[in-house]
Amino acid sequence: MEIDPFIFRLSIFILSIFIGYYVVWSVTPSLHTPLMSVTNAISSVIIVGAIIAGLAGNSESVFNTSSIFGFLAISLAAINIFGGFLVTQRMLAMYKKKKKDK
Amino acid sequence: MISVNLSAIFYLISGVLFILALRGLSSPETSRQGNLFGIIGMIIAITVTFLSIGNFQSGFIFVLIFLLIGGLIGAFVAYKIPMTAMPELVAGFHSLVGLAAVFVAISAFLNPEAFNLGTPGNIKLGSLIEMSIGAAVGAITFSGSIIAFLKLQGIMSGAPITFKGQHPLNALILISIIILIYLLCASQSPNFFWLLLAVSFLIGFLLIIPIGGADMPVVISMLNSYSGWAAAGIGFTLENTALIITGALVGSSGAILSYIMCKGMNRSFFNVILGGFGATEQSANSSSKEQRPVKSGNAEDAAFLMKNASSVIIVPGYGMAVAQAQHALREMVDTLKKNDIKVSYAIHPVAGRMPGHMNVLLAEANVPYDEVFELEEINNDFANADVAFVIGANDVTNPVAKTDPQSPIYGMPVLDVEKCKSVLFVKRSLSPGYAGIDNDLFYKENTLMLFADAKKMTEDITKNL
Repeated sequence: MEIDPFIFRLSIFILSIFIGYYVVWSVTPSLHTPLMSVTNAISSVIIVGAIIAGLAGNSESVFNTSSIFGFLAISLAAINIFGGFLVTQRMLAMYKKKKKDK
Repeated sequence: MISVNLSAIFYLISGVLFILALRGLSSPETSRQGNLFGIIGMIIAITVTFLSIGNFQSGFIFVLIFLLIGGLIGAFVAYKIPMTAMPELVAGFHSLVGLAAVFVAISAFLNPEAFNLGTPGNIKLGSLIEMSIGAAVGAITFSGSIIAFLKLQGIMSGAPITFKGQHPLNALILISIIILIYLLCASQSPNFFWLLLAVSFLIGFLLIIPIGGADMPVVISMLNSYSGWAAAGIGFTLENTALIITGALVGSSGAILSYIMCKGMNRSFFNVILGGFGATEQSANSSSKEQRPVKSGNAEDAAFLMKNASSVIIVPGYGMAVAQAQHALREMVDTLKKNDIKVSYAIHPVAGRMPGHMNVLLAEANVPYDEVFELEEINNDFANADVAFVIGANDVTNPVAKTDPQSPIYGMPVLDVEKCKSVLFVKRSLSPGYAGIDNDLFYKENTLMLFADAKKMTEDITKNL
């Protein structure tokens, strides 16, 4: 009997939770705010679903109810992707070490 | 058009890059590289999605337009936002992830063929369960984050909103969500899908209103976690590895942060979620204490004390963010350092309105991160320090947490500020902090209260140094 592909995805999911657990515990507390903004940005990879939905319309009707929701989701996710990564970068650029050459 | 297997491999690669992005945050040196990994992962995921669809004639231009609109808004916000407003920004971003998850679920429900999930009215059972869970969690994330945003922004009062029968009502709604998912799967009727969304929006709203403004660090972390689970739910529907991995990462990240925040307040997660903290009675207690004598001083006194110190520890809190005093504070510290006084910063886990909030503000003011310490790292140093400068913090310094088992904050880890030779406490008035309890530190022999706006007082001290 073949294993349902769902089981494989579930395995990936469970193992990723464990990876997340160990990786996040190793994040230094002073970077917890950038951690939240970068997790925001990466969870917007949900945009792949939005793109599929947006491109699903046929050539006669680009816009139907389903694809409109897709387009809106693209914009929402894009705000998060650009906003999340850029604000994280802006924050991380501010973390500086003590200058030794005084 | 690339094959399904090849695109699956690329999604896996971007998932791995996202793991590396979080891994990079283990130290500030590697963090910038980590962020770059995250960006590359995202570019790969989006490019592969375009290639795997391969349908470029019809909607492609619109996809780009909407992508650009969102991107421009996001970039604009990211550059304009002041660092003190990070909690609001993050809450706002969470709501967008939640809403995007809801929209994708709606598209998938209306047009399942595009996602290979079956036909409308006959969607594969597993997919239907996955997408309804994703949609429900997404809706909760959305409305919950909106409330958190409004509370942080001050548009809505930070005070907990409680009413009779709140908890039974919430429990009832949560049960109805499960029943609706069951009915939806049994009947495939769109009505149940819309009803499910409506009820989920409602519960997100109801879950966050009873939580007080000062518990926002927990709420934001929790919503962070929800946004991850919502993404994972959609990831299962779309059979997309990158989304599943990311969802799991973000979900566990938010959960860990919530745990750290709860521990920092010595409260159980459920205690915070059930809410109403800060509305508790303590008034009789504090009014009797109001009479106790307090030593208050001005900027000259404070400057004198600090000039004669050899080491100073600074304890910043939310009040510093409100007063935007971080730059003035750094200038004061610079002057102190010129006089060969050793200065370090002590940060309590729940200082501010979100995890790590104080660290970002200090970094913005050019404070080197190796001068900033966490509670466990620095707590023993207070006994050897000459001056503790408490600016905008309150409850996290209250010694009552160690001495009075009756106190609502008993057992909460606090900074041992009172062990310093002298304590300078910048505060506008003697009013208690969010926990509604008096701070014993105000009345200690070695405490000097500086009643003023944090920014103005800090600037005045610098002038007198």
